[in-house]
Amino acid sequence: MKTRRTEILVGLFMLLGIIAAVVLSLKVAGLVLDSSSDTYTLKARFANVGSLKLRAPVRVGGVLIGRVERITLDGESLTPVVEMAISTRYDHLSSESQAAILTAGIIGEQYVGVTPGFYDEDMGTTYLKDGDTIENTNSALAIEELLGKFLYNSSSDK
Amino acid sequence: MPQDALAFLGRYALQRLAALGRSTLMLFNALSGVPRPIRHFRLLTAQIHFIGVQSVIIIVVSGVFIGMVLGLQGFNILKNFMATGSLGTLVALAIIRELGPVVAALLFAGRAGSALTAEIGQLKASEQLSSLEMMAVDPLRRIIAPRFWAGVISMPVLALLFCMVGVYGGKLVGVDWLGLDDGIYWSGMQASVELAGDLGGMALKALVFGLVCTWIALFNGYDCKPTSSGISAATTATVVQSSLAVLGLDFVLTALLF
Repeated sequence: MKTRRTEILVGLFMLLGIIAAVVLSLKVAGLVLDSSSDTYTLKARFANVGSLKLRAPVRVGGVLIGRVERITLDGESLTPVVEMAISTRYDHLSSESQAAILTAGIIGEQYVGVTPGFYDEDMGTTYLKDGDTIENTNSALAIEELLGKFLYNSSSDK
Repeated sequence: MPQDALAFLGRYALQRLAALGRSTLMLFNALSGVPRPIRHFRLLTAQIHFIGVQSVIIIVVSGVFIGMVLGLQGFNILKNFMATGSLGTLVALAIIRELGPVVAALLFAGRAGSALTAEIGQLKASEQLSSLEMMAVDPLRRIIAPRFWAGVISMPVLALLFCMVGVYGGKLVGVDWLGLDDGIYWSGMQASVELAGDLGGMALKALVFGLVCTWIALFNGYDCKPTSSGISAATTATVVQSSLAVLGLDFVLTALLF
């Protein structure tokens, strides 16, 4: 009977360990167990991506609709291309939509903000599909560039 | 006398070197040989119960309090910078990267390591190890090996438990008492803690600490002078050496991992 009790307690102990590992990976590390099959890819060309990171959020009006998948430099035009995985729940973004790299707060993380455009078949707009590119983009606000311009201009005014 | 000092130094170094060699041989002899799954499994569960299960209470209580202290201190300091939103990140990274494995290992050395040394030292002093040998039972395989594996298995589990309750302790203070938003606490954490880098590094640290602490404890017990003062000296040596080894190895592992 005593060994039985020991074995049950040890089993409970190992179970606790497994529960702790699962809680830590799901709740603390934010591991998401959904497959990537229910997303589609959109691309956007920016002049400057600032310090945008992989897995940065993509938001419409503050609501998360996807994440940044890849950031590459287009070989010919030498402009950065950002690939985003967008949830298929949001599959009717118009081709007139705008993408901009925004900053959460003054010193926060950078994210991609998408502003939905109008949709009118008569004017030739379509819904963005897998692999499409958002043409209308605003680049990251580089504070150091602004600061540089400001200092340069204010000194030349005198 | 300079010669005497030199001779003393040399003798001391040779003694240490011999102890290192003996401990390596002990571990190797204990772990080599054919394992007998069913009988050794019984021995193993008994030892996991002694080393792991009975350490759960102290680990959980310390984890909760360390998480709570981090939450309190972190909140009050971050408030000055209007950055209380980073509290979750602070608590989780501090606990998972450093405090979890290190404090759990220090407690483990104090709670389980010292008990292992005293137990084996007592077995040796009452000549039970020699009687086992008389009965053609290898004490290394029968006594040392199950305890070693039990320590190696228990330590990562204890560290995981420590981290989990620590994060919830920080949440208790930061969110439930000081009024930080629940979502901000968790989302900041999820954005910064990486599964492979941080949690994997934590598990690796805990595994290494478990291995080293158990090894030191077993060797000190097995190698002690078979007298009551010898057992007490060996128990002290276990706690001191394990603590130093954990803190030193923690620096090396941190430098390699992060």
